[in-house]
Amino acid sequence: MRDPVPMLRGEPLLTLTDAQVHFGRTAALRGVSLTLHRGDRLALVGANGAGKTTLLRLLHGLVPGTGRHEHRPAGRPLVAAMLFQRPFLLHLSVRRNVWVALWLRRVPAAERAQRCEQALQRVGLQAMADRPARTLSGGQQQRLALARAWALQPDILFLDEPTASLDPSAKREVETLIEDLVRDGVTLVMSTHNLGQAKRLATRVAYLEAGQVLVDLPTDRFFDPQQPPAAASAFLKGELPWH
Amino acid sequence: MDALAQSLSLALQLISEGDSRLFGIVLLSLRVSLSACVIGAVAGLALGAWLAVARFPGHRVAVWALNTLLALPSVVVGLVVYLLLSRSGPLGSWGILFTPTAMVIAQSILVVPLIAALARRLVLDSLAEGGDQLQSMGAGPLASAGLLLVHQRLGVLTVLLTAFGRAVAEVGAVMIVGGNIDGLTRVMTTAIALETSKGDLPLALALGAVLLGVVGLVNLVIAAVQRDGDGTPREALA
Amino acid sequence: MALNPHRLQRRLLAVASVAVATVGLLAGPSVHAQDKAIVMASTTSTEQSGLFGHLLPAFKAASGIDVRVVAVGTGQALDTGRRGDADIVFVHDTVAEEKFVAEGFSVKRMPVMYNDFVLVGPASDPAKVKGNDIAAALKKLATTPTASFISRGDKSGTHAAELRLWKNAGIDLAAAKPAGYKECGCGMGPALNMGSSTNAYVLTDRGTWLSFKNRGELTVIVEGDKSLFNQYGVMVVNPAKHPHVKAALAQSFADWVTSSAGQASIAAYKIGGEQLFFPNAPK
Repeated sequence: MRDPVPMLRGEPLLTLTDAQVHFGRTAALRGVSLTLHRGDRLALVGANGAGKTTLLRLLHGLVPGTGRHEHRPAGRPLVAAMLFQRPFLLHLSVRRNVWVALWLRRVPAAERAQRCEQALQRVGLQAMADRPARTLSGGQQQRLALARAWALQPDILFLDEPTASLDPSAKREVETLIEDLVRDGVTLVMSTHNLGQAKRLATRVAYLEAGQVLVDLPTDRFFDPQQPPAAASAFLKGELPWH
Repeated sequence: MDALAQSLSLALQLISEGDSRLFGIVLLSLRVSLSACVIGAVAGLALGAWLAVARFPGHRVAVWALNTLLALPSVVVGLVVYLLLSRSGPLGSWGILFTPTAMVIAQSILVVPLIAALARRLVLDSLAEGGDQLQSMGAGPLASAGLLLVHQRLGVLTVLLTAFGRAVAEVGAVMIVGGNIDGLTRVMTTAIALETSKGDLPLALALGAVLLGVVGLVNLVIAAVQRDGDGTPREALA
Repeated sequence: MALNPHRLQRRLLAVASVAVATVGLLAGPSVHAQDKAIVMASTTSTEQSGLFGHLLPAFKAASGIDVRVVAVGTGQALDTGRRGDADIVFVHDTVAEEKFVAEGFSVKRMPVMYNDFVLVGPASDPAKVKGNDIAAALKKLATTPTASFISRGDKSGTHAAELRLWKNAGIDLAAAKPAGYKECGCGMGPALNMGSSTNAYVLTDRGTWLSFKNRGELTVIVEGDKSLFNQYGVMVVNPAKHPHVKAALAQSFADWVTSSAGQASIAAYKIGGEQLFFPNAPK
């Protein structure tokens, strides 16, 4: 385990200043400015094609773009991991998939085995450790992806619609696990279609439309039934069934 | 049809007699082609993986060249290697023309493009599926390519079997660089060519049957390695 | 495919055994430059006659030297000698051999033996050329449109002899090929195969003919003409041109094959009781 860094709740980890991302001639993100603080649980919501995935990838550093700045708390680079809607698992055992993630991040050999076991235990997959990862159910595979991410002891966890492909009970399983993990102090950025999920897990909600962040508010303010944010009102009306 | 039946019984007869010359020829075929495949695997898998992930000016030309080399006639490879290894050629001082070593070199050159092109395709297909996620996990391009080859190891095995098939079945290259010297560089395919040109067609066909039998045996061994602990074969040789 | 310790062990075992087998194969008999061995470039027809299988073991017993025969067409054999890829050349094209010596690639040409060519053709002999006059036979063949003739067309000794015979018969192939004249660019065996399947006439050396098993309807049509005799010569490649050549060992072979022991061995080689090669090295 890393030495616990004296954490300042809310120190900035990533800052986007007028960030732009272009794919060919299409502008996927146009002028996004936001700062991610440690301890944030940020949910990205918006219609399909609004740019949630692109924003996630830009924050993670997976796509090239302008305006991204990474802070270095405690003088070392940030450790981040990302979960995708459908996790890509290698044709290897469950345990070996976690091991590969640790290996890729150059975790010393002596620590790898132990961190594998701890991660698998944390997500409740120890009994399946030797099974081929690809034979697991959807929910189990996503839990494996979480184990893979958690084993790295990340500063930030990015989640791109992590439960969108799962049945309701698997959804619940994975959400519970995510909640559990963020209690360890992991910063979360999650894109979701499920506003209920956003309400449950997030402390902060950003609404995207056409490559721009139009609203960025704390959760209770965003979902305030009396005063829904104007720019997102149409979206909220469309999504929330009880309006 | 009669010739085929005659040849098959002749083949069985040759095998059961345990003719030492035949045994020597079979062993040499296996030595040369297996060695070429080992070398080809190392070079070809590395090349294919690298081409799948590398980006450099002229990359498309390199891929085009690789795909073109897939159709390299074995006799052309033989000729080029002959000219290189000839005493009058640049590498003549090595003195390895008309030896099994020269044959291994020629067959390696023959199988590398095959292995590289197919490995590249395997890696590209997997990259499409999981390249992003591997990148997210911190894998650089070469680490991704390597992991994906492990991920696709059954596909890789099929590629190597294909390469072995190409090597053990070719006659053009080994004939020219080996010289088909009796007792030294005569392999199954050059023996078949010799018997054919002598007009001894039943013997030639019989040797062909033996060649197929040997390759079949190699495949059986590979399949055995694929078996599960409880004996059920996996969807192995896909 | 999972990797658990159990399966991993089995897999490692399998890989290890394959590796051992491969290494075992690779460590098999290999070629050492220090072995007493020479490379001899000769012709496919000579090898296919089976002479070497009879002659070379006798030489090895007498001298301990291995002769490694690379059998190709005469043109290619001489070329192999020119390139220095062979230590000694043993072919049957006197004109080409003398040129080889004149070019300095060998110091001396030593005549060894002769065999003869025969004209084989379909037993029905459509051109009616049976006999022992090859020039007359070829003249008649050229003017019989229904007759086909397969030429090796590969710059071999046989091909060169064939071209000389046409010339002696007064037929200019360059000017006008006879209607049924086909060139295959191939060795003696394949040419005979083609002849047997298309019922054509083929000029072949007797040795190859006697060992040829796929005769079909072919039989000997013309033989015995003196101009059908086929002289063999042996030439050690000149070390002045190619210093690495094993001239001393190669000379041992040349000396032996022209000695009484070697000549006797040649004469002793028979197929079906018939002698193929007639030793004629000068005493």
